[in-house]
Amino acid sequence: MSALTGEDAPPQAPRQHYLNVTYGVRSWLLTLDHKRIGLLYLASITVFFLLGGMFAVMIRAELVTPAGDLLQAETYNKMFTMHGLVMVFFFLIPSIPAALGNFLIPLMIGARDLAFPRLNLLSWYVFIVGGLFTLFAVVQGGVDTGWTFYTPYSSTYSNSAVAATAVGVFITGFSSVLTGLNFIVTIHKMRAPGLTWFRLPLFVWAHYATSLIMVLGTPVLTAAVVLVALEHLLGIGIFDPKLGGDPVLFQHLFWFYSHPAVYIMILPSMGVVSEVISCFSRKRIFGYKVIAFSSLAIAVLGFLVWGHHMFVSGQSVYAGMIFSFLSFFVAIPSAIKVFNWTATLYKGSISYDTPMMYAMGFIGLFTIGGLTGLFLASLAVDVHVHDTYFVVAHFHYIMVGGALMGYMAAIHFWWPKISGRMYPEGWGRFSALVIFIGFNLTFFPQFILGYLGMPRRYHAYPDEFQVLNVMSTAGATILGVGYLIPLIYLIWSMRYGPRAGSNPWKAKGLEWETTSPPPTENFLTTPLVTEEAYAYAAPDVEEQEGARVG
Amino acid sequence: MSARPGAVAHQFDDARQQREAAELGMWTFLLTELMLFGGFFVGYTAYRHAYPEAFIEGSSHLDVLMGGINTGVLIMSSLTMALAVREAQLGRRKGIIINLILTIVFGGVFLGIKAVEYSHKIHEHLVPGPNFVLDSPISNNVQLFFSFYFAMTGTHAFHMIIGIGLMIWLIFKARSGAFNGEYYAPVEMVGLYWHFVDIVWIFLYPLLYLLGRH
Repeated sequence: MSALTGEDAPPQAPRQHYLNVTYGVRSWLLTLDHKRIGLLYLASITVFFLLGGMFAVMIRAELVTPAGDLLQAETYNKMFTMHGLVMVFFFLIPSIPAALGNFLIPLMIGARDLAFPRLNLLSWYVFIVGGLFTLFAVVQGGVDTGWTFYTPYSSTYSNSAVAATAVGVFITGFSSVLTGLNFIVTIHKMRAPGLTWFRLPLFVWAHYATSLIMVLGTPVLTAAVVLVALEHLLGIGIFDPKLGGDPVLFQHLFWFYSHPAVYIMILPSMGVVSEVISCFSRKRIFGYKVIAFSSLAIAVLGFLVWGHHMFVSGQSVYAGMIFSFLSFFVAIPSAIKVFNWTATLYKGSISYDTPMMYAMGFIGLFTIGGLTGLFLASLAVDVHVHDTYFVVAHFHYIMVGGALMGYMAAIHFWWPKISGRMYPEGWGRFSALVIFIGFNLTFFPQFILGYLGMPRRYHAYPDEFQVLNVMSTAGATILGVGYLIPLIYLIWSMRYGPRAGSNPWKAKGLEWETTSPPPTENFLTTPLVTEEAYAYAAPDVEEQEGARVG
Repeated sequence: MSARPGAVAHQFDDARQQREAAELGMWTFLLTELMLFGGFFVGYTAYRHAYPEAFIEGSSHLDVLMGGINTGVLIMSSLTMALAVREAQLGRRKGIIINLILTIVFGGVFLGIKAVEYSHKIHEHLVPGPNFVLDSPISNNVQLFFSFYFAMTGTHAFHMIIGIGLMIWLIFKARSGAFNGEYYAPVEMVGLYWHFVDIVWIFLYPLLYLLGRH
């Protein structure tokens, strides 16, 4: 059961904390407190998540029947494009880093704030301006190029609001760069005394790796978007074959960022899972250093595999073989993590609280998503399933089954710290189950559909695919309900949830040593770190281990 | 980058930590700039490899003399910028301001010459787009060269304008006596940025103006 039981006195909220220190819209919009900026991000990405979800509803509603009867082909193209754009650039990429990483990293390393608080606030405003441009594009009639902006859809033959969307993505990129830069400097320079690199929580390591990708990858996307915008607005032929330009060059530049961007989405979730698995197994994480370095390995290898998106786009066969080979390498650090989490569970004293259920869901679904990624990294198989629903299912297992599960785990795990209140545990577990069932029902049929040859990005399909598509839409409905339940009870709990106390999970880590909610300065006195992360072992276990070592 | 000039912002323990954070932040930022220009350089390299003759023909339409003068001007501005940082370290207010003004003047000369070059290209119909006219069998590919010429030098010039803006801000701060031997990080950071922008030009000049020319 929840670790709440066994407390002597009911937990009290601190008299003054970051939420009640000042009031009013102004105090939030001009705040320099990383915790409040994290919450600004949390609220904004929730709005974008709901928006992106509505586009998904339209897609799944259209696909209930084989005929393209609900939406016209052009409208359908806009729906999947906007779904991808909003979910990738305005939800998944900022999700854990900008909202929770922002909130937690200074707390976890015993700092009073990030290194550059004003830059942090600026990054949120930049994010919002980028988001507004993209919303403007929606109002302008949407964009239909696919979230990948492939030329010549986005240049010569574009017939939708490409420019406004491109500007939106361009601007949002800066917010991502600023966040990554802030994290890198903070993690390097602001750690509390005694907090060496190998005592850092793995959440921080994961965010360090994520920040490296943000800082190194995003500017290349910026360059690519600038070139597309110049071509689109001025009619110059950088990617236009008529003038000797090469559309494939755009794909190279785009995927040089956008493949590593997948790891921007998944690495923070991996960090969350490391925290949660260790806490709810009451055990030190297995293979700490290997997990830490595997995050960096994923960040580095992630930059070397972009060509696997282009096996059929006319790049050289030899390049394809090398990219295929390198893509298999990414599986190694990913598998290391999965094995180490499993080994952490072994002989742990496991409790299935909501964050743990999401973390377990992550491990299973990420494994399926990762292994199907290997199918796609194999040249011959990829030629067969390229641009089919198999690909769609694969990356949704990574992005929803992986990244979003980790995000939900994180929200529940740190909700007591953020709000000072507990969410209703029963509802939490129920919705975790609903999401797991809904997710698999939505996306597993899509693996089969893709393997049978149903292409992605069409609003109509042959009759024989209907049963699986109806299953998928039914699953999406369940999934949607599953996401609405936490939205309701989390908001409810902000007012009516029981007080959490500073450490409801009896978890390790500096963030649990301060009050819930924390004071504006995070810690009343700068903490001194004297032990490794995840020192969960109970006394008798420690003795056994000591005996074995001795 | 601190809230109050000279003071240590609340999130830092001491001035040293604050300065180190600013330095690391600036270098990380320059890394992102490197990747941004890197994207352009990759595109340039790919097309130069595909159409070497067109790129040589394109570069023969550029004015080497003006480009050369600009290179010299920019190197001079780097010198005065470095001197401004030195003066800041020594806490000499007047020296900082004089050297910053000189740097701005050199930067302005560069941008002026660049503007003259651009206007020549406009008159010669060498700006890519519907108005591009060149009597050559490979004029389409030459147009690609000019697309990169304008994209790269334009992005570079944009960075210089930002740098000049930052220096004007520094002059106002220096006038109010914000910098002393202990606190001069903003001057140093803008200096790093300015040197970076200069180095980008050091690569742009040979790639665009000189390579393959006879």
